[in-house]
Amino acid sequence: MRSPFRDALTTALLLTAAVAIVAAIGTQLSGGTQRIIIDAMIKMIIVLGMYIFVGNSGLLSFGHIGFLGLGAYTAAWLTIPPSIKASLMPGLPDFLATAALHPLPAALAGGAAASLAALLVGIPLTRLAGVAASIGTFAMLVVFYAIFSNWTSVTGGQGSLYGLPVFTSLPVAAGFTVATILGAAMYQASASGFRLRGSREDAVAAQASGIDIRRERLIAFVISAFFVGVAGALYAHFLQVVVAREFYLKLTFITVAMLVIGGMRSLSGAVAGTAFVAFLSEVLRQAERGIDLGVVSIGGRLGLQEVGLAIAMLIVLIFRPRGITGGRELTLGWRSR
Amino acid sequence: MIALQHILDAVNVGGLYALMALGIGLIFGVMRLINFAHGEMVMAGGYAMAMLSALPAPAVIAVSIIIVVALAVAIERGAFRPLRGKDPATLLVASFTVSYFLQNLSVLVFGARPLPFAFMPGLAEILEIGGLRVPLLQFVSLGLTVLALAGLAILVKRTTIGIELRAAAEDVVTAQLSGINVNRVIALAFVISAVLAWVVSLTYSAQIGQLSPAMGVRPLIIGFVATILGGLGSLPGAALGGFLVGAISVLLEVVLPSETRPFREAFLFGLVFIILVVRPEGIVRVCALQERV
Repeated sequence: MRSPFRDALTTALLLTAAVAIVAAIGTQLSGGTQRIIIDAMIKMIIVLGMYIFVGNSGLLSFGHIGFLGLGAYTAAWLTIPPSIKASLMPGLPDFLATAALHPLPAALAGGAAASLAALLVGIPLTRLAGVAASIGTFAMLVVFYAIFSNWTSVTGGQGSLYGLPVFTSLPVAAGFTVATILGAAMYQASASGFRLRGSREDAVAAQASGIDIRRERLIAFVISAFFVGVAGALYAHFLQVVVAREFYLKLTFITVAMLVIGGMRSLSGAVAGTAFVAFLSEVLRQAERGIDLGVVSIGGRLGLQEVGLAIAMLIVLIFRPRGITGGRELTLGWRSR
Repeated sequence: MIALQHILDAVNVGGLYALMALGIGLIFGVMRLINFAHGEMVMAGGYAMAMLSALPAPAVIAVSIIIVVALAVAIERGAFRPLRGKDPATLLVASFTVSYFLQNLSVLVFGARPLPFAFMPGLAEILEIGGLRVPLLQFVSLGLTVLALAGLAILVKRTTIGIELRAAAEDVVTAQLSGINVNRVIALAFVISAVLAWVVSLTYSAQIGQLSPAMGVRPLIIGFVATILGGLGSLPGAALGGFLVGAISVLLEVVLPSETRPFREAFLFGLVFIILVVRPEGIVRVCALQERV
């Protein structure tokens, strides 16, 4: 008999190998290219984190970027030198104002903070199903954003927080990406993951079989928020600034697009979608700057990248609604699904 | 006197939200689509009026309405019709995508920087009536809102096409079997919602005095709140929800201490959250939407 755990592990190892190869090649490339790869890897952690909840429960979330923001602010609160903190964020409570942690524990703390928030929000949220749940997560995003951009004495409001130490190098980003792939695969193979996917396929039948849907959804939501929170901290240590407007609709769209384009019902889909969209965005970003064809040069225009991405997304939705992978997993050999 | 001023504000703001909520609710009713792109209809209306401002006012109004309606119909044909009948999550992502597309198309065409909105500058004039200082705009928007609400009510309740619309909202398959042309009904819903969005774009643009690609997001978000509060799928509920949200936001403005006022939106959306959890069906419960086993 096939063990689901072994299947998930195979997929995870294949994906890990792909990440490792990209990272190994990346270290030989220029600094600019490395930054593009790091950025894509952080997005991959976000998308994988979202996948844990969205893929297994079938409920789309527009709110995870709020958790990303929370992770980023937690990292800022814990790692910015206290002298800078005193002027940037005078409203911080004492234990945060004096903290000066290493980025690694701060990243884990960011994940824990996001998990805690997910637990509090998730208890009521998991009562909802279908579109209502998605709108609920959207409401959550708006609330998070309103707090980030207005609670000036603690988050710097519309301004930016600076002074974060450098931490997210290519090997670090790759390491966290691999850990997230393994985490997502383990959850997927766990009994809880099975029960949640059961509720995704048929809620009534799942309930009749004794599955507590709310409990399983909550578990997935909390785990998924943890990884997204960690990604937030990594993102903060990558950009070295934290600004509220980063954590709103644009990034929400990009990450949702990555998940949907790849196929939101498989781990391989989340990885493939992120890679594809990251690549496409980069091509479009180059085009935005203007294309020089030697004889003629086409002037670039702001917005081209986003418009192109939106068109790609619509095409996928209309012609391949289950995404590039169609919900299949990457496995060795040709086994039936 | 101050209380009267607040009530007037609440009615005015509420009217705007009611129009947003109706535009969103109408589309949800006929195709179970939560239309994120409705905010971009408002944005398009604002830009259309600004671009046409060299023309005489009636022409500006007529042409800009036509532009918004054409845009709505084009979106329905190009993006939503091919997806009709797909699961609600796909439709939701699609409308989110269309909204993002239109916002950035507007960045591409008009640039990201805000443009001034100066159509009918007379609207900003302030009238003094019995001690109340009321901008002319408030009366105009109130008048337009009443007109739009009454027009919509008559259309939906009294005309054949309105009955078809309600039938399709109740049950698309049965409506189709009874000989209703669903394509036409859905297209009509988009046309009506575009006209409602246009009314919002006139008063909202004049209120904030400038145009930007993301200007539709705020009214859209508040429209969501109102639609959900009133009960998704119910038109009277949407209107009621709009006025209620207007009243609540003016109340919050008055009651909240000044340092917490920026968090008004957080409170408002916290409210949506609580409503969704306590009474997911909203104030007005729609039977056609209850899940059947």
